[in-house]
Amino acid sequence: MKLGYYPGCSMHGTAREFDESLQAIAKPLGLELTELDDWSCCGATSAHATNRLLGVALPARNLALAEQQGFKDVFAPCAACYSRLATARHEMQEDAKLDAKVKEILKRPFSNSVGVMNIVEVLRGLIPQIKEQAVQPLSELKVACYYGCLLLRPAEITGFDDAEDPSSMEDVTRATGATPVEWRMRTECCGGSFSLSRTGSVVRLGRAVINDARAAGANAIVVACPMCHSNLDFRQQAMGQREGATEMPILYLPQLVGLALGLSPQTLGLKRHFVSTQPVLELVAAGAAKGEVK
Amino acid sequence: MPRIGVFICHCGENIARTVDVKRVAEALAEHPGVAYSTDYKYMCSDPGQTLVKQAIVEHKLDGVVVAACSPRMHEKTFRRAASSAGLNPYLCEMANIREHCSWIHEDREEATQKAIELTRMMVEKVKYNAPMQAIRIPVEKRALVIGGGIAGIQAALDLADGGAEVVLVEKEPSIGGHMSQLSETFPTLDCSQCILTPRMVEVYQHPRIKLLTFSEVENVEGYIGNFTVQIRRKARSVDEDLCNGCGDCIASCPVKKIPSEFECGLGKRTAIYVPFPQAVPNTPTLDRENCTLFKSRAKTGKDACMRCQKACQRGAINYNQQDRIEEFKVGAIVVATGFQLYKITKEQPRPGISGYGEYGYGTVPDVIDGLQFERLASASGPTAGKILRPSDGKEPKKIVFLQCIGSRDCAKGIEYCSKICCMYTAKHAMLYRHKVHGGQAYVFYMDIRANGKGYDEFVRRAIEEDGAKYLRGRVSKLYRDGEVIKVHGFDTLSSEPVVIDADMVVLATAMRAQPNIEALAQKLSVSYDKHAFLNEAHPKLRPVETNTAGVFLAGAVQAPRDIPDSVAMASAAAAKVLDLFSADELEREPTIAKVDATICTGCFHCERVCPYGAVEHKEIRDRKGNLIKVIADVNPGVCQGCGTCVATCPSKSVELQGFTDSQVFAEINALMG
Amino acid sequence: MASPEQQETGHGLDQHAPAELKDEVAALTGANPARCYQCGKCSAGCPMAVETSLRPHDILRLINMDQREKLMENDSIWLCLTCETCAARCPNSCDPARVIDTLREMSLASGSTAAPKAISAFHQAFLNQIKSGGRLFEVGLIANYKFTGGALLADVMTAPGMFMRGKLALKPRRIKGVKDVRRIFAACEAAAKEQQ
Repeated sequence: MKLGYYPGCSMHGTAREFDESLQAIAKPLGLELTELDDWSCCGATSAHATNRLLGVALPARNLALAEQQGFKDVFAPCAACYSRLATARHEMQEDAKLDAKVKEILKRPFSNSVGVMNIVEVLRGLIPQIKEQAVQPLSELKVACYYGCLLLRPAEITGFDDAEDPSSMEDVTRATGATPVEWRMRTECCGGSFSLSRTGSVVRLGRAVINDARAAGANAIVVACPMCHSNLDFRQQAMGQREGATEMPILYLPQLVGLALGLSPQTLGLKRHFVSTQPVLELVAAGAAKGEVK
Repeated sequence: MPRIGVFICHCGENIARTVDVKRVAEALAEHPGVAYSTDYKYMCSDPGQTLVKQAIVEHKLDGVVVAACSPRMHEKTFRRAASSAGLNPYLCEMANIREHCSWIHEDREEATQKAIELTRMMVEKVKYNAPMQAIRIPVEKRALVIGGGIAGIQAALDLADGGAEVVLVEKEPSIGGHMSQLSETFPTLDCSQCILTPRMVEVYQHPRIKLLTFSEVENVEGYIGNFTVQIRRKARSVDEDLCNGCGDCIASCPVKKIPSEFECGLGKRTAIYVPFPQAVPNTPTLDRENCTLFKSRAKTGKDACMRCQKACQRGAINYNQQDRIEEFKVGAIVVATGFQLYKITKEQPRPGISGYGEYGYGTVPDVIDGLQFERLASASGPTAGKILRPSDGKEPKKIVFLQCIGSRDCAKGIEYCSKICCMYTAKHAMLYRHKVHGGQAYVFYMDIRANGKGYDEFVRRAIEEDGAKYLRGRVSKLYRDGEVIKVHGFDTLSSEPVVIDADMVVLATAMRAQPNIEALAQKLSVSYDKHAFLNEAHPKLRPVETNTAGVFLAGAVQAPRDIPDSVAMASAAAAKVLDLFSADELEREPTIAKVDATICTGCFHCERVCPYGAVEHKEIRDRKGNLIKVIADVNPGVCQGCGTCVATCPSKSVELQGFTDSQVFAEINALMG
Repeated sequence: MASPEQQETGHGLDQHAPAELKDEVAALTGANPARCYQCGKCSAGCPMAVETSLRPHDILRLINMDQREKLMENDSIWLCLTCETCAARCPNSCDPARVIDTLREMSLASGSTAAPKAISAFHQAFLNQIKSGGRLFEVGLIANYKFTGGALLADVMTAPGMFMRGKLALKPRRIKGVKDVRRIFAACEAAAKEQQ
């Protein structure tokens, strides 16, 4: 699978371990990631929240680059980037006036032919390879798959899974040998871009997510978005101060897959988290000790 | 030389204000073939008609043209007048100089000229008119009623009491329909079965009603007054004539855990069963799909179990019974097949409809629909009338009722209102309070539609006397949280989010068309809308007829409807049928298609395009009986005179009587010339 | 949606009435606000409903009642998370999320200062970073944000933690096509000014 890789701004910064783990599992799974040359920021929430045209033009630039560079599909692991790229594509297809205006602004030939994929659907497509290559039994690990909002909504734009009852992340989880738990806050928002500007909201929303995952018996929450990760991991201390509850490690989906593939915690960036991932590593070790190899 | 009379109507000011009617009359008087031409203020009035009649006699007219309003208004009036003066009514035509002229033009000169031309066109046409007679067809005075719910039962009784023979077909093993599943009915809180079962028994015992249960309509052919219908009598595996309804077979059946359809999955039944104790007829039916004997027959070819046959003292069990087809001749058909409830599941029976993922797609325990609540509330139901949770049998202390589930939800694909849910939800809230004294009902609603007699008062009672808490807002999502169901809603009147820990949730789901009703509609040539509700002939003035002559509608098959309206509609349909049956013969307009047998080659393009199935095959034989050719022949009882065959026929062998090529070309030539 | 002719004539969706706020919103979003029947399902599922004075259905109501000022002067539209839950569940596909996006644009165009300072500062800082280098330089974002109105001392305790974990790049990067990006910004900002 050769995809145009669009890392997005946080991959080399606050979501470094997301990129690290993704690169680490790419080779064994046969996933070719060719980074889009000279990509620019998708605009995230700030662009579309203040200027619709900007909110479409910024991601469209990257789609145009991908088209020029010969890619059929662009793969954006960050759920927000994915949402912006997919939305830009969709809006330009639906609104002829907007399409004309954006093309005029881009000053670049662009026929809107590039597809957009997110990390969950890419990994879902690699389930056979994951199963084949999994060496580390994760049987002791129970995870809560957290989709957040932008991966699934609006359904007309994402469309790869049921927006109210998704199952693709759970399918990938099962392929790694870990057990997905049944819990209710799977598709609730974590607070998104309010991490800095309205931290209180993020703490409130994140606390509800973590409490529910805990009540469902999860040992860790698996996410597919740098903002969700940051809001649940980086901000977890602020939540815990009032509850005094035990910590909940937050893993990126490729990290979970990487653990199954037997890759080291270092390689997967598991030391970079604010909430220690040590409990997860212990459970992985426990599974190995039981010797249940698939 | 033709002797045509021309009558120009002023229509008060409607025509005369714009058209110089006197000048039109004068111009037509000069036209070749016109023996008499005059104008009058109101042609449709008594004196106006008398004018026509007198002129026909005095001037020996052999054709009449009345230039006035649209023929849709008064063609019948003037034809009757002509007829009473001894002139064949089909030699009378109308020229529309009102809707087609005076009402749409302002220039007097132009409008007058146009009126002259329009009238001349009709005069030229009438020269080619041939006298015709109304077509008479016999009427079979037997009606087929499809569906044995309250609408079908009412229609059957009205028809039979009115002297007609009735064949009542019901696909379930018993009649009664959904009304038999209800506990009490609004607004009186009458026990549903108590008011229904006497009617059911009456149907069973009525000498003029032939009741065919566990049967379906297989095929329909023919036309109004003369339908031939084939009914499939599905195999019950029980001989209805031998069975005396003792129930020994049911008691003996070892397969006891089949989810009962009548109990909406809340109770169980045996493989050989009667759906409910008051079923009519009381004959058991064997569910072959779940029967041990049939399963083993399919697998090994050997018969197993056979306990019911052994238990039956009358030898009524017959495992080799086959479906059989019975044929009936009927003069009219009443469709009363009712409805089914929408389900919030992910899989939907029809495309374009979605389920409610936000409410769990039907997988959350103790989230039930309205019919299931009725079964809980019914004294003869799975919980003997106690409101208990299906999951653990506990009494719920808080029930949340959600209205408009599916209905009024364009995003889910159902934009209409289901009409009955506001009323039955109020009823449920009241029944709940009557049965569980400390129980609290919450109702999430958007609007309250309670527009029948005593209906609004009924809903107010639920709120004012029975303590139901009505919250105006919808629920965003609900999910199981331990022992309760967390319901996230909103009260727009107090502007607050509301979260309730409910013990049970009841969804007021949309009324939908029956599964596969499209197939039945196609057999009857009845059209249906995008929701598969069958179409009435005219929404205001012809609500119980369809566009297929002789087929009528009653009840929820046409649109969501409650019991009183269904009963009224059923009686209306029966009245229409009895009206049809009141004459021995039916009269139809002769303006239908006719095939010229001498030039028809039998290509049957006409048969392919005829929307009504009016084209038949006719054999042309020589005197010795040898077949010369098979040609098309139009059935005068079915043809609606649409003209599609005329436009299609490559050899011009078929013409529309009253609108032949000669007549139409005469009009065109008059305009051009 | 108001057609181009309707937009030109100033008449709204109702041919006989002059264009109102709801017509403007319909033209910009493609969704007719009059479809909202105030069921409140959006507000029932909105994660920010406990923090806002106007919930999504209130916002739709005020649009339909032509209450432009009440909307522009309220901070509620700035508290929207754009989580799309309302849009996903609305029975009439009113797309409240998109409508609220549009109101924010209109609010900015009208010069309203109702946006909470922190949120406004954050969006500004973020967009400035992209304009500057083409990609987000997170340290720059935080610095810019704090100096333009964000809480100065918040997160001071955790920043070292970020750095220690190698999650804060200290060197800003500038892409080759940064001029391209700046040009896009200029064009979009100009277009927004035209709408004012």
